[in-house]
Amino acid sequence: MAAAMKQNKVYEREELASGTDGVAQAVRLADVDVFAAYPIRPYTGVMDRLAKFIADGKFDAEYIIADGEHSQFEIGKHASSVGARAFVGSSGTGWLYAMEALATTATDRLPVVALVGNRALDDPGAFGVEHNDAMLVRDLGWLVVWVSTAQEALDTTLIAYRVAEDPSVFMPCAVAMDGGYLTHSEHIIRVPTKESVSKFLPRYNLGKRVMHPDNPVSIAPQINEDWCMEIRRQNWEAAKRAKEVIRKAYKEFNSVFGSNYTNPFFDEHMTSGAETIVIGMGTVSSAAKVAVNRLREKGEKVGYIKLRWFRPFPTEELRKALSRAKRVAVIDRDFAHGGPDDGGVLYNEVRSALFDAKNKPKVVDFIAGLGGREISIEDVMEVVSVTKKCKADERVHWVGLRERKTGGTHVSMKR
Amino acid sequence: MVSTQQAKKEFESAKLYTSVHNIDLEEFYSSGHRTCQGCESALVMRDFVKASGPRTVVTGATGCMYVANTSYMTTPWVVPWMHTQLGAGGASAIGMAAGLRALMRKGKIKDEKINVINFSGDLGGGDMGLGGISGALQTDYDLLVIIYDNESAANTDIQATNLTPYGAQTTFSPTGPARRIMHTKWKKNVAAMLAVGHPNCKYVATACATWPPMDYMNKVKKALSIGGPTLIHTLDPCPKGWDYHPRYSGELGQLAIKSGLFPLYEIIKGEVRYTYDARKQKRVPVREYLEKQGRFTHFIDEDYELFQSKVDEMWNDWEIPGVAPLRGILKLSQ
Ligand SMILES: Cc1ncc(C[n+]2csc(CCOP(=O)(O)OP(=O)(O)O)c2C)c(N)n1
Ligand code: SF4
Ligand SMILES: [Mg+2]
Repeated sequence: MAAAMKQNKVYEREELASGTDGVAQAVRLADVDVFAAYPIRPYTGVMDRLAKFIADGKFDAEYIIADGEHSQFEIGKHASSVGARAFVGSSGTGWLYAMEALATTATDRLPVVALVGNRALDDPGAFGVEHNDAMLVRDLGWLVVWVSTAQEALDTTLIAYRVAEDPSVFMPCAVAMDGGYLTHSEHIIRVPTKESVSKFLPRYNLGKRVMHPDNPVSIAPQINEDWCMEIRRQNWEAAKRAKEVIRKAYKEFNSVFGSNYTNPFFDEHMTSGAETIVIGMGTVSSAAKVAVNRLREKGEKVGYIKLRWFRPFPTEELRKALSRAKRVAVIDRDFAHGGPDDGGVLYNEVRSALFDAKNKPKVVDFIAGLGGREISIEDVMEVVSVTKKCKADERVHWVGLRERKTGGTHVSMKR
Repeated sequence: MVSTQQAKKEFESAKLYTSVHNIDLEEFYSSGHRTCQGCESALVMRDFVKASGPRTVVTGATGCMYVANTSYMTTPWVVPWMHTQLGAGGASAIGMAAGLRALMRKGKIKDEKINVINFSGDLGGGDMGLGGISGALQTDYDLLVIIYDNESAANTDIQATNLTPYGAQTTFSPTGPARRIMHTKWKKNVAAMLAVGHPNCKYVATACATWPPMDYMNKVKKALSIGGPTLIHTLDPCPKGWDYHPRYSGELGQLAIKSGLFPLYEIIKGEVRYTYDARKQKRVPVREYLEKQGRFTHFIDEDYELFQSKVDEMWNDWEIPGVAPLRGILKLSQ
């Protein structure tokens, strides 16, 4: 395999790269036509890197420094409408500033790819990771995928274009990564060659909807109650179709690049025979996997699921994987104040997926790592032990809160 | 600075209309829209795309020219048209222009001149989207933004904007016994402000779709031929919002210009040229213009006088009358 790869020059080199560098490499390799930038920590590194590629003559694209995120994302959307492959990105409050453009990019079915370097929402200011920014587009018709290593960031960005631009999908895709923990941490990555990328990623073709004088169409005219239902339905169907397209894309990705993505939607770590499964998204997987290893050494039947694709949500696959366990611990790096049973976003998505399961495990929620607070190996070990001990109605736990507060079903854990 | 002579030369390729008889008959904004009778904003649409021709892509910001204009399955647009968000006019033009440039440079589509035009209303373009239009005028893309100004948020039922004239009644600025005048702002000087602040922008003009004949369409042609980002601000009489019989739209536009209230000019590479010079003409009293509109029926003599004094100040005291108020409003310290 290795020899064959070398022969076909699948990879051009290895390099030390941060998560945002991984995305920048993918944007360059995908021959993106237009990218628009606006500064906000922690996603900005991707734009710094792309600007340098342009300055060094390593990348040919139109590069626009926008006057704000609303403009930045509108630029991406309208570039995509003329048939140009577009890239944008933001974090936290910047992502929210773009919200109107985010919504219309999805309803216009334009396959823009965006990086969201997860950041806590203001106020008060915090640079650290929280997943609420990306989650705000979860119902709008965006594909949303979390990555947790720089290599995965590179690979997933290429896959994101492939899936988003598939004519049976035509939905924008947000590649989410934990601010700080991945945007700013460096890993060794393998950078593919342009030739191999072009084998995997065909040219973007918007087809009949492209804005060009040869194709005089009117896009997004006023519809009111006449057609809104039907158009929403089309989008709903596209989101359903996306799952199969994602499966196919990973299969081909594996065959072109020799990668080893078995299940596109999530990775399972030591879940076979596990009685307790911890599930989370993003970089918490590093601590979680080590915690699981340590507990397994002690003979505990524990496993971890790293969820990658959040939209489309892999309902059936997760139902199957989780209903084998007795207990599920959800790590929510987000909040949903006043939501069902006061749990986080992921918790309620997981519970909903398990509603129809024959064997329903106990599902416990752990709100953790907000604003960039570290989730340690010990924290995850504690998560497992609380999950085993807690009563069925002790559903939501805050990990590592300074003050101990009890009330209702909430039990916080001491560090 | 480039001389007017030189600028003129560059425009030769623009093939300006010299007579109404040589205006193209072909329409690229045709039937299907549902704007009011006498709507001049609709005329702004029809005329710009006539002047720009079929090799054009257009985005339209939310507003009357979206909602009343472009109903599903009855689009009036013969050229590609796309909705953009209320404050996204400038960004939409950047996006399209950048996309087309990249695709042409990379050989992904045929290399040719495609006009990129956005229109935004006075609220969408003059208020909400001002930052985005500023961003567009700072680029080096060939694009044109038209701020079509019917002096209200017409689509949402005639609310005051920062381009609504002083004192006008709107649904947000009614008149009543306690407050005869609720809208006390003077109209934002939006075209000149954008012209002054954007060194990349070689062409800014004000215009009225109906008068003087061909003036607006020729300005569109100039804006599209000079290269780089450009801006046109039109004043559009709106029967519904201004409250008058639709038959007077043309006349009101003329009166706005002849009274000196709406200065008509173009700024070509920094040089201001009046296309109707209210300094040299006897200005019609502004009262004649105001009295014809229901939105000013609550005016008393002092309101008319205030209006007249502001117009006089603009033409007599401004550093560049109708454009730059330095002498009238801002003064250099001695
Ligand atoms: C972000 C946002 N805020 C508010 C609206 C509601 N809205 C739709 S059209 C409109 C008025 C636009 O006024 P203007 O730009 O002057 O255009 P006109 O309707 O006068 O043609 C408003 C406020 C909207 N569509 N989007
Ligand atoms: S309300 Fe005014 S701008 Fe709107 S369609 Fe009617 S005349 Fe035109
Ligand atoms: Mg208006």
